[in-house]
Amino acid sequence: MVMFGHFVLLVLFGGAMSAEVQRPRGVPLSKRQFYEEDKPFTCLDGSRTIPFDRVNDDYCDCMDGSDEPGTAACPNGNFHCTNAGFRPAFIPSSRVNDGICDCCDTTDEYNSGIDCQNTCRELGRKEKEELEKIAEIAKEGFMFKKQLIQEAKQGLEDKKYILLNNFMDCKKDLEAKVEALRTVKETAEQPEKEAKERHLKAWEEQKAVIRMEKDKARMADVFLELDDDDDSFVSVAELQSHSELDPDSDASFTEAEAQGLLGGVDKVDTVAFETVWNNIKEKYVSESTADVPPPGETAQEETRDTSSDNDSENYPDEDIPEEEDDEDMDEDDEDMDEGDYKAPPASQTDDKKDDDEEGAMPPYEQETQTLIDAAQKARDEFNEAEKALREVEDQIRNLEKEISFDFGPSSEFAYLYSQCYELTTGEYVYRLCPFNRVSQKPKFGGSETNLGTWGKWAGPEDNIYSVMKYEHGTGCWQGPNRSTTVKLTCGKETIVTSTSEPSRCEYLMEFTSPAICQDPTSSDSGHPDHEEL
Amino acid sequence: MCCWFFLRRMGPVLLLWLAVCLSGSWAVDKGNFKTCDQSAFCKRQRAMKPGESPYRALLETMELTNTRLTLQLINDNNKVRLLLELYRLQGNITRVKINELKPLKPRYEVPDVLIREPPTEPLSLLSQDENGVVLSLGSESQRVIVSARPFRLDIVEGRDVLMSLNSRGLLSFEHLRMRKDTFSYKVTSTVASVWDNIKRTAKEEEEKVEDGMWEETFKSHTDSKPSGPSAISLDFSLPGVEHVYVGIRIGCITWIVLWSGKCFCFQIPFCSSLQTVFGKMLDYVQGSSETPQTDVRWISESGIIDVFLMLGPTPRDVFSQYASLTGTQAFPPLASLGYHQCRWNYNDQEDVRSVDAGFDEHDIPYDFIWLDIEHTDGKRYFTWDPHKFASPKEMLQGLLDKKRKMVAIVDPHIKVDTNYKIHNEIRSRGFYVKNKDGGDYEGWCWPGNAGYPDFTRPDMRAWWASQFGYDQYEGAMENLYTWNDMNEPSVFNGPEVTMHKDAMHESWEHREVHNLYGLYVHRATAEGLTERSGGVERPFVLTRAFFAGSQRYGAVWTGDNAAEWDHLKISIPMCLSLGLVGISFCGADVGGFFKSPSTELLVRWYQTGAYQPFFRAHAHLDTPRREPWLFGPENTALMREAIRQRYTFLPYWYQLFYLAYHTGEPVMRPLWVEYPQDPATFALDDEYLLGRDLLVHPVTEEGARGVTAYLPGKHEVWFDIHTFQKHNGGQNLYIPVTMSSIPVFQRGGSIIPRKLRVRRSSTCMEHDPYTLYVALDNQRTAEGELYIDDGHTFNYEKKELIHRKFICFCNGYFTTKSWVERIIILGASKPSMVTLKTADGENQLEFDFDASMSVLTIRKPGMNAGADWTVTLQ
Repeated sequence: MVMFGHFVLLVLFGGAMSAEVQRPRGVPLSKRQFYEEDKPFTCLDGSRTIPFDRVNDDYCDCMDGSDEPGTAACPNGNFHCTNAGFRPAFIPSSRVNDGICDCCDTTDEYNSGIDCQNTCRELGRKEKEELEKIAEIAKEGFMFKKQLIQEAKQGLEDKKYILLNNFMDCKKDLEAKVEALRTVKETAEQPEKEAKERHLKAWEEQKAVIRMEKDKARMADVFLELDDDDDSFVSVAELQSHSELDPDSDASFTEAEAQGLLGGVDKVDTVAFETVWNNIKEKYVSESTADVPPPGETAQEETRDTSSDNDSENYPDEDIPEEEDDEDMDEDDEDMDEGDYKAPPASQTDDKKDDDEEGAMPPYEQETQTLIDAAQKARDEFNEAEKALREVEDQIRNLEKEISFDFGPSSEFAYLYSQCYELTTGEYVYRLCPFNRVSQKPKFGGSETNLGTWGKWAGPEDNIYSVMKYEHGTGCWQGPNRSTTVKLTCGKETIVTSTSEPSRCEYLMEFTSPAICQDPTSSDSGHPDHEEL
Repeated sequence: MCCWFFLRRMGPVLLLWLAVCLSGSWAVDKGNFKTCDQSAFCKRQRAMKPGESPYRALLETMELTNTRLTLQLINDNNKVRLLLELYRLQGNITRVKINELKPLKPRYEVPDVLIREPPTEPLSLLSQDENGVVLSLGSESQRVIVSARPFRLDIVEGRDVLMSLNSRGLLSFEHLRMRKDTFSYKVTSTVASVWDNIKRTAKEEEEKVEDGMWEETFKSHTDSKPSGPSAISLDFSLPGVEHVYVGIRIGCITWIVLWSGKCFCFQIPFCSSLQTVFGKMLDYVQGSSETPQTDVRWISESGIIDVFLMLGPTPRDVFSQYASLTGTQAFPPLASLGYHQCRWNYNDQEDVRSVDAGFDEHDIPYDFIWLDIEHTDGKRYFTWDPHKFASPKEMLQGLLDKKRKMVAIVDPHIKVDTNYKIHNEIRSRGFYVKNKDGGDYEGWCWPGNAGYPDFTRPDMRAWWASQFGYDQYEGAMENLYTWNDMNEPSVFNGPEVTMHKDAMHESWEHREVHNLYGLYVHRATAEGLTERSGGVERPFVLTRAFFAGSQRYGAVWTGDNAAEWDHLKISIPMCLSLGLVGISFCGADVGGFFKSPSTELLVRWYQTGAYQPFFRAHAHLDTPRREPWLFGPENTALMREAIRQRYTFLPYWYQLFYLAYHTGEPVMRPLWVEYPQDPATFALDDEYLLGRDLLVHPVTEEGARGVTAYLPGKHEVWFDIHTFQKHNGGQNLYIPVTMSSIPVFQRGGSIIPRKLRVRRSSTCMEHDPYTLYVALDNQRTAEGELYIDDGHTFNYEKKELIHRKFICFCNGYFTTKSWVERIIILGASKPSMVTLKTADGENQLEFDFDASMSVLTIRKPGMNAGADWTVTLQ
């Protein structure tokens, strides 16, 4: 109590002292020497000299406004408030006696009729508390920051170490392994390919035989069908009954044309029909199917039935993958991945079956299958190794990217990397993922909007790390792409404290982080100089 | 109703046409608005070509009383009779009214625009024969000649014809009729009396029914036209007229263009909104080769012909004649002549606070900050967004502490929402405009589905006004004022983006009252702001839609312009045109509403706006922020300087508005108003006068290095207000410019009071001293005025004011703390002694003389601005 009382007394005394110091209204102590009573006053810009009674006589005589420090007469003047108990300040002369209290010591309103309260002490106390709070935050924040710097440094070194040692070695090993396995694979694939080709060739030959036999059987059927009088000859007239065979399709199948088809003779026997058959088989329509309407649908239906029959008969389920596998390998043997291997596209299967009138290819012989299995194993091993290599390469890239990021002078912002911070407002959830992106999502459903991806540090030159800029977000209707400015202030915690949209689609985010805290011991900015008490 | 007025060499003439008028488009979203061909009545009227009029005056029906002449006209084609009324009104005005003699039902006559039934003067018959009559128009040696066959009116002064009506035979009056192709007509016909049949057969020619007479479709909208055809038209010939102002109002923007062809005459933008067709509202026909002549023709969809011919003879006479009919400019609160900062939208209270602080931080004065529609709770006017504007009174108090004010928007479309008090009350009182089927009319606007209060009803307006009471309008305080937008009315899904013409205002179709709607909204709002203070405080209300008489209720802005150089340029003729018809308080959105201005354009717009009556920056929601400090310190300084110049001239602006309130003289006026004998002034639309004494030629060209200003008056001198350089009148002066230049000149012979102590807001400057700028003419004399009152109440009506004329003066009962701190005399020679004589005695004054510019600055005379005094230079 005693101490407090003493302090108050001191201040009061100080106040009285300053009032004693004779100087014109509105002049700061530092400029008192220019205003000497009873001596002519020279404008501070030296432009002219006037009698001292024209200082503060409510008429502007000096171009620089220096003769009217205590009135509103000069448009460019300044008024000095002592503000004992708080911070001294300059206000524009236009605020002197304008009926609004600007100086907390009320000195600016000495003739406007308004009753101002002296709030300096209150403000001083508040400011002190505020400054102490800020200093406290700065102190703690700065401690965190040091820790962050340490961690970042360690983290960075670790990462560099991992990168240089583990990952690089690993990469090298994997590259070697991939190359080795590629050779193994290729070695295994050669005999596989040959065996498969052999198998295929044999199958093709077999199919040709089957096809020929079928054709012969059909020819015999057709001969019987055409030979209406059962004389074992097909005659011109018999042929003419099949108008679809008209060579020029002109709706009149003439005798001469029919004779032409029969090789210039009137009739042919089964042997001679072989030649004829080759000319007409494309066009020939069987009498039994010709009048079943509509032919198209029927045909399709039959085909489908056939194929499904074939399917069940000739394609044991377990064989399909191998068959497909074989096809895929031929088309795309380098880039095949597991997905394709396990699930061959269904349509392909169908197409093939439809074509395959001669039935399915028989399963591979044991010998061939062994070669295929061996090659497949080699392929799997190769793919696996390659995938591992790719993963390592990705990790290296990410690490390199991270290491190359500008995380501040001491990498103090590194801890923000790959983190996200959210703020929920009335309508939206805002999400800041530093060095990555900013987004906004409606609280009650709806899709996320990109408010910008990491652009750059964008603070003023002397404090470039105080502002982050995120750019090129989702485009605005009839407007620019969304962008976000993130302002960083010192805080113990890392949090988004507010968001706003000052201009359409230009967002502003306030973000506290210890990483921006300044060393409280290195600057006195927390305590502005109390020039006068 | 339309009114227009035009000026002839011999003297100006103003013509006021009382009927719904049409206007049209040539720039904005053309497709939304009808062309003349898409509007049946216009197409019918336009099809009529000049020729012999079918109308004949029946002289035997003439009746002449002391105050009026009546006379029947007959259309010889269909035998329909019209009644012509002719009045001589006090102050050299002639009124011509034409209506059907016996209309099927009453035709609409515009109410509430004339401030009173105009007082008449006696007419006397000079001569009469079977061809016509000649009447004397009072003492002015003016006569009106009524010719009988065909009917025509000529107004003659001495041997000159001032104006002719129906000289081209385009008088047309579609009489009201029964519909003939409907069931009801047929029923009526069969039971019709013999007399009816006789009557009908007596008509020699039945009108043919044309498409669009009884129904018309535009886009997806059908206009049911229950009254059928009712259009009217009349032509006027103006011998000797060379220049025309053409005014068009379309959609959300007012287009007014100074037309400087061969004709001389100007016409007014009174067509306050929609109605259709422009094309060529005026059909120009060159008259005889010797004297130039302008022929104009007015077409209206309905109503009656009610024309006021205001015959000057001087421009000032015309202003006073027009003011005697429609009233003068409302005298605005002084603060509203300061700078207004607006944006769609200031997002929340914190935004408002920080913008307000920004002005102080950058030492830029402003008086009003504005809130657009986003401040409301879901576009429910009279409410506040509960999150963004949770404590409006706190916000308003914050502004009040700095002696600043706010404007919040209140539009006339009301969200249909049973949880909204305003809607429920309007609905339960039956105050909404009705659709043609009798239900409440609904349309889409900002809130979605909305109703439109019927502002044509006095009871509705009284209720609306009561909503501005502090007990009704939650969050309102005495420094909150109002902005009426969208009052054309805007209906997003309506025909031509407005209300259906067959919507009903009690017994009248919207067709009849459309142009009046905006005026009524403005009026009801202004009355509300007046009543909330018990009639003490002056209101301030800005409107987008307006009509003849809107000047009585407040300010008008030119609507949704864009950040383009052309829109900056056109703001001058737009506000000049409005000023000519009494609406002095006019401005364009500084910076341009749509799009984003270049920094150069923005600076130039501030410089121009600072010298236009209503000075408000505004911007669209989708544009980047543009508060004046966001463009670098150099540009901040330029904009600050422009705004500060505005504030130094506030005493002059205030005095000009007092004059406009008193006399109807426009504040911002074309040069010819003051120099009607100088044809070089007729076509100027890139410079103008403020009052008589300031000539402004703003820089409105991109990249300008200089401007050429015409300084009028052969014997005048003009002083550059910045350099005090003296220039002779009657010349084109090339002025090199930089980015800081705003070419402004003070007329020699004038005294302009200024306040050079620019503060945070105009209210902060209330008691500040004046500097008198005395610009001497060639005779080394000058005179000027000073007007002072409390700046915000109606007490000036009780003579609580100071209105001094330097040299001669008249005085009221107001006292002021303001004094005179400085007298600057331009064009002076060096005196040996300067003496001030007041009631307290005599004393010598210090002075400073700048010989290079001949500027004498008298230091601190110090007398009270309300006192009598004499300064003698020896």
